[in-house]
Amino acid sequence: MSEPRKQYVRPLDLKHGRVDMAHGAGGKAMAQLIHELFARHLGNEWLDQGDDGAVLPAPAPGEQLVMATDSHVVSPLFFPGGDIGCLAVHGTINDVAVMGARPLWLSAAFILEEGFALADLARIVESMAAAARKAGVPIVTGDTKVVERGKGDGVFITTTGVGALQAGRRIGGQRARPGDAILVSGSIGDHGMAIMSEREGLGFASPIVSDTAALHGLIEAVLATGADIRVLRDPTRGGLGTTLNEIASQSGVGMLIEEKALPLNPAVAAACEFLGLDPLYVANEGKLVLICAEPDVEKVLGALRGHALGREAAVLGTVVEDAHHFVQMTTSMGGRRIVDWLTGDQLPRIC
Amino acid sequence: MKYIDEFRDGDLARNIARSIAAEADPAREYRFMEFCGGHTHAISRYGLTDLLPPNVRMIHGPGCPVCVLPIGRVDQAIRMALEHGVILCTYGDCLRVPASDGLSLLKAKARGADVRMVYSTQDALALAQKHPERQVVFFAIGFETTTPPTAVAIEQARALGLANFSVLCCHVLTPAAIIGILESPEAKAGGVALDGMVGPAHVSTVIGSAPYEFVPERYGKPVVIAGFEPLDMMQAILMLVRQVNQGRAEVENEFTRAVTPDGNRKAQALVAKVFQLRPEFEWRGLGTVPDSALKLRPEYAAFDAELRFPLPYTPVPDHKACECGAILRGVKEPRDCKVFGTVCTPETPLGSCMVSSEGACAAHYTYGRYKDLAA
Repeated sequence: MSEPRKQYVRPLDLKHGRVDMAHGAGGKAMAQLIHELFARHLGNEWLDQGDDGAVLPAPAPGEQLVMATDSHVVSPLFFPGGDIGCLAVHGTINDVAVMGARPLWLSAAFILEEGFALADLARIVESMAAAARKAGVPIVTGDTKVVERGKGDGVFITTTGVGALQAGRRIGGQRARPGDAILVSGSIGDHGMAIMSEREGLGFASPIVSDTAALHGLIEAVLATGADIRVLRDPTRGGLGTTLNEIASQSGVGMLIEEKALPLNPAVAAACEFLGLDPLYVANEGKLVLICAEPDVEKVLGALRGHALGREAAVLGTVVEDAHHFVQMTTSMGGRRIVDWLTGDQLPRIC
Repeated sequence: MKYIDEFRDGDLARNIARSIAAEADPAREYRFMEFCGGHTHAISRYGLTDLLPPNVRMIHGPGCPVCVLPIGRVDQAIRMALEHGVILCTYGDCLRVPASDGLSLLKAKARGADVRMVYSTQDALALAQKHPERQVVFFAIGFETTTPPTAVAIEQARALGLANFSVLCCHVLTPAAIIGILESPEAKAGGVALDGMVGPAHVSTVIGSAPYEFVPERYGKPVVIAGFEPLDMMQAILMLVRQVNQGRAEVENEFTRAVTPDGNRKAQALVAKVFQLRPEFEWRGLGTVPDSALKLRPEYAAFDAELRFPLPYTPVPDHKACECGAILRGVKEPRDCKVFGTVCTPETPLGSCMVSSEGACAAHYTYGRYKDLAA
């Protein structure tokens, strides 16, 4: 009698294989994709159960849950400094974290396009796994669907995050008050320009790298100072300019910022100049806008600068009274102008 | 940033501002028109009016390529894409220009038109090479700055024998527009009292400073050619104030680092080889202006989209309430328009001045409208 065989299933060809419709059909091919790719990299005690959902512990008494969701459709899928995988992890962690909550778990839903290279998918899943591991936020449940060729763009990823909010902590876009200080954790526009230069093949001599990062550590460091933090937000699509307008409108206040105070990476400044873009409206994926009570500015700035992600943090200006909720800026020339909402689409499909 | 920061030095700007304030005669008003949208944008973006004394006023001119593009031309482009199924390529600013039937190129795209934004004519040419089975039309707009690259692309298409590339030529000429302003009915009736003009930056790198000599000669108005940086603007305004005070009317060149009297002869020769004057062309705001635009020479007819896709040009009047025309002629300011900021906003532009960031209305709305509102 011959030796007993180890297995009859031929493993996924992660080198040359491609996604086909069977990978989303609910049968054996889908099970194999989940087992050999998703579970292998993302595995944890919840995902390994193989159930339809994850059973999670209740928050501590007095804590509240925070939930946020984010879809990612970035093109190109791989860009300097990251890819759609880590971006999908960071994006949702940040949405939970800027609520002042401690991110606990993520879900991930993939829409794959028929014909998408499994090697690329593997790279993306590995990147998600690494990002989730580094952030300490496991992906506990997921889903995979496949659409016909031409009906997607390789892969779209939706992640949802759940976090726990400490009792008594109140952070939100409505809480900015005249006199408060406005801060940003570092240089603006890096992510958007990284995507742009990659997409258009601009080939700048000094490559611009996306700032994609999970911000919950930085936020925890700031909150630990006990400072009176009014608003936290990550200025993603629409950039810093749009984020400040959102907050001004939610809080019913105006803002006055200084152009000279804006932290700007010289390569991004040059690329924006070259393309006629305003860095105030270029996306970030690892920056924090923070509004705090004025007396706490030094404390907050110290905490930001003491963290690897906040070394270039700066005070941008002040919240002011304004019935029209304008964000205004003193220009480098000494004149004044509005920093308006972004109009139209400076740059589509960036996250 | 080297070569940029030097021209954005706030302290130097304030020094020039002090000179302007000291030299401007408080007993009179100075009304200068900046021709280019690039100047308009710089004034608004850097808040330069705050640095000027109240009696030195800047009037926004027509030098914004999409602002002067008539509706009928955008309609033609849209119909080429929708009815003839071409790949329609154009510069980003063109996409949102309002056309007939509530359409724009962007909205036509959502209805199935294949509209592509390109950064240069080379991108359009590359698309034609990549899709030999499709017709690719480059919707060519702009003043003398963007004309040479279009000429280059047409020459290249001919050399490559590209049978699927053509150009919808809407290139226009700056000197003709200046005449349009100075000869407008309002100007003749004394409605636009201009004391001088800030001359084009990039356009002048191509055509040089000599083509503006007719402005002082024929109309007695000074011209100072200026770059697009804020210090360029401030210096040019100071030079204009000095010319007015000294009773001079000359063409002066502040932008000497890029502009010569003769301009770029090579570019001019290429443009002359590929294009010829149109007998007349409709401008938004200025109406039909003779000898004010270019079309392809008969030798290049094979690359003329208007011949390849016979779509008659139909002029379309502006929306009745829209004051773009008067604003482009310097007769009115954005705040004088009833629909400014209400019906017409950058998100829902009614007129073309609200589309491009170089347009007078968009610049004022985006950067300066707080000045119109009571606190």
